[in-house]
Amino acid sequence: MEKKNMTIHLKIWRQKDARSKGKLVPYTVENVNPDMSFLELLDVLNEQLINKDEEPVEFDNDCREGICGMCGLVIQGTAHGPNPGTTTCELRMREFEDGETITVEPWRAKAFPVIKDLVVDRSAFDRVMAKGGYITVRTGGVPEASAILVEKENADLAMDYAACIGCGACVAACPNASAALFVAAKVSHLSLMPQGQPEAKRRVERMSVQMDEEQFGACSNHGECEAVCPKEIPITAIARMRREYWKAIVT
Amino acid sequence: MKLDAKVPAGSLAEKWDRHRFEMKVVNPVNKRKFNLIVVGTGLAGASAAASLGELGYNVKNFCIQDSARRAHSIGAQGGINAAKNYQNDGDSIWRLFYDTIKGGDYRAREANVYRLAQVSNNIIDQCVAQGVPFAREYGGLFANRSFGGALVSRTFYARGQTGQQLLLGAYSALMAQVDAGTVEMFPRHEMLDLVLVDGKARGIVTRNLETGAYEAHTADAVILATGGYGTAYYLSTLAINSNASAIWRAHKKGAFFGNPCFVQIHPTCIPRSGDYQSKLTLMSESLRNDGRVWVPKQNDDKRLPNEIPEEDRDYYLERKYPTFGNMVPRDVASRNAKDVCDEGRGVGETGLAVYLDFKTAIEKFGHDTIEEKYGNLFEMYKLITDENAYKVPMRIYPAVHYTMGGLWVDYNLMSTVPGLHVLGEANFSDHGANRLGASALMQGLSDGYFVIPYTIGNYLAGTELKKVTTEDEEFKNSVEEMVQRDQKLLSIKGGKTVKEFHRDIGNLLWNHVGMARDEKGLKHAIEEIPKLREEFWQNVRVAGSAETLNKNLEFAGRVADYMELGELMARDALERRESCGGHFREESQTEEGEALRDDNNFTHVAAWEFKEMGKWELHQEQLVFENVTPSQRSYK
Repeated sequence: MEKKNMTIHLKIWRQKDARSKGKLVPYTVENVNPDMSFLELLDVLNEQLINKDEEPVEFDNDCREGICGMCGLVIQGTAHGPNPGTTTCELRMREFEDGETITVEPWRAKAFPVIKDLVVDRSAFDRVMAKGGYITVRTGGVPEASAILVEKENADLAMDYAACIGCGACVAACPNASAALFVAAKVSHLSLMPQGQPEAKRRVERMSVQMDEEQFGACSNHGECEAVCPKEIPITAIARMRREYWKAIVT
Repeated sequence: MKLDAKVPAGSLAEKWDRHRFEMKVVNPVNKRKFNLIVVGTGLAGASAAASLGELGYNVKNFCIQDSARRAHSIGAQGGINAAKNYQNDGDSIWRLFYDTIKGGDYRAREANVYRLAQVSNNIIDQCVAQGVPFAREYGGLFANRSFGGALVSRTFYARGQTGQQLLLGAYSALMAQVDAGTVEMFPRHEMLDLVLVDGKARGIVTRNLETGAYEAHTADAVILATGGYGTAYYLSTLAINSNASAIWRAHKKGAFFGNPCFVQIHPTCIPRSGDYQSKLTLMSESLRNDGRVWVPKQNDDKRLPNEIPEEDRDYYLERKYPTFGNMVPRDVASRNAKDVCDEGRGVGETGLAVYLDFKTAIEKFGHDTIEEKYGNLFEMYKLITDENAYKVPMRIYPAVHYTMGGLWVDYNLMSTVPGLHVLGEANFSDHGANRLGASALMQGLSDGYFVIPYTIGNYLAGTELKKVTTEDEEFKNSVEEMVQRDQKLLSIKGGKTVKEFHRDIGNLLWNHVGMARDEKGLKHAIEEIPKLREEFWQNVRVAGSAETLNKNLEFAGRVADYMELGELMARDALERRESCGGHFREESQTEEGEALRDDNNFTHVAAWEFKEMGKWELHQEQLVFENVTPSQRSYK
């Protein structure tokens, strides 16, 4: 079966810096192999732009295998594009039609200001994590690993939540730009492990405060976050975080 | 200059203990007077920065990504080794040590490798305490698996995302220190130069990748944990931003480069599909535990894999290596894949692939078990190739994955530049000529959590360090030089893009300094690379300006370095006229086509000193084997 190359039209958000106004700019790329990844399409476009003496489109990306969380574009209005459970870098051009026009925009949220074109500042996530997204342990001053038993079910469930890659799609998709799923994934992961118990109260309280300070919105159960999450982190994480939070403030 | 590895005296098992006692210790009150720079936030960098901050040092930690959590350690899928012997299958520190030395084809330092095996157990304890969700069994204890080249099940894993979970553990420790105020983070900062004052490493110059600002940072010691240099090959399993520039610029300031030709080509990657390809995706080699590798017996067999009956299939690894079968070490598996493809028995559109077949495993263990073990890998394969590997065999081909070479360091992880320490993949140390599966994570965390926190104190307490500021000439000159370098790159405005040059140098390296090397090819590369380098500086076309976020400029600086490093890789490969581990010289093989070492002439680390562009002086660190006897590796 012969794979047919495609023509793809793009409308890409161009913005010089945080202070400038941005706009959608049209481009066309011919001869697109359907096995090409979406970011490779942008690579090809950028080579064309460089050769025409135009500035290439800036976009964040790194591992290009769906695990580092660095890439993230709103494609046709959906964070990480049309395929569920995938990051932008994993998206292949075979998901699009020959001749289709694709709109590409950055994450949009107050807490994620645009740096340039499609690149945004997600440092708010690091600041939230610094408030408790960890178990406080000293290097070396820890018990023998097999002294800590974890039920298989809990270990597996914790892993489901720990799979979060911190890309920020949940924030980008949320009508309130809430970071609830991101924070809840970490809170839930650690709350399922016996090691995470001593700090549970302090963790959820401090992370919640910081989340508000970073101007993320409140969660009102839209569920958009779960729908776009490339790692399919279940929204039950948020329920779990709420329980942790109530436990913390009433005890 | 004579290389001194500073290996402590005493029996192998006592060396590290004894050394820890004999090293100088910085008084707790004085620790806060020392400023340390850590470049890189992968397993080695993040664990080092967190542990040093916790000890009380002032730490500045730099990374090129937008967050420390994204370093490419995160891509490691399979697992991490430790000598816990939880499976009661006869593992021990000695066995892990022995396997690692042997797997590295006797080109690593005994003392370092033994220490690595010793602290492997502490690493697991540490990660578990941090909440890393390792796979568990129903009793609540650990599930372990056997991994490429090991006869015991010593690999701990967290689904197919072990690197991610360990990195997030180290990142969380780092964030705790950021909160405590001991570590200051500098994301989106790229190290451009190492600054020496009185011959000691006293700081770095960086470019703020967001604003374009060039900045100088002073310190009492500098720690590089910036990963390997596999991206020199253009296509590799590394992240797009992984690069060699930090270690390369340090090399040009006096740090010797150890064994640059030792590159690991990973056998189980998804084959490339077209010219636009920007990277290759690795499939964890844990897949080889249950997958069977084969190609058709006949050349150019165009039948679909499921139409090829058993008698027409050649399970060549099982045939040639009955003991290890599909589990032979990476270099052996890779070379065999290349051989069958060179014979014309390769599969897929390009003929550059072999099959990895799960049919037998699915029949034996059931679809569900295989899905539980490898589900995410099968999904990834489907995403990329649009094929269902439960039904059709996967197609795999080797790709550049890891560099065993790196900056030369002594037992204390210090380079030949006083004060410059190098951790993780960035150094040359523990894997010899070939790294075993699930050992990279182990080494990164060993260096960062359990070695550097001790050895850095020894350096600081025993060294006179005068006060330096960014106003000193050395810093100002370096900043000016880096500004000029970027301006030069931007001003050429030639006819060929950075990417095209990257592809050219990558092709040269892959074709001549790749899976199999010979004198003719290496000499050709040594002749061609300087020409390409010259062309680059005459004809490269770099977009935009230096005053803003400009990834094209970042890449130009990195590709310029590959044009220099590539030459050294080829020179080292030419000089080492033996085959060992991942370094296969066509001229040195057994009758059966296996790598043939030349212990009389090459039981040494080749450490290269940079003199001027295109000129190096070779130094040798002789390797002494007192505890194991080098034997011809055999996986039959």
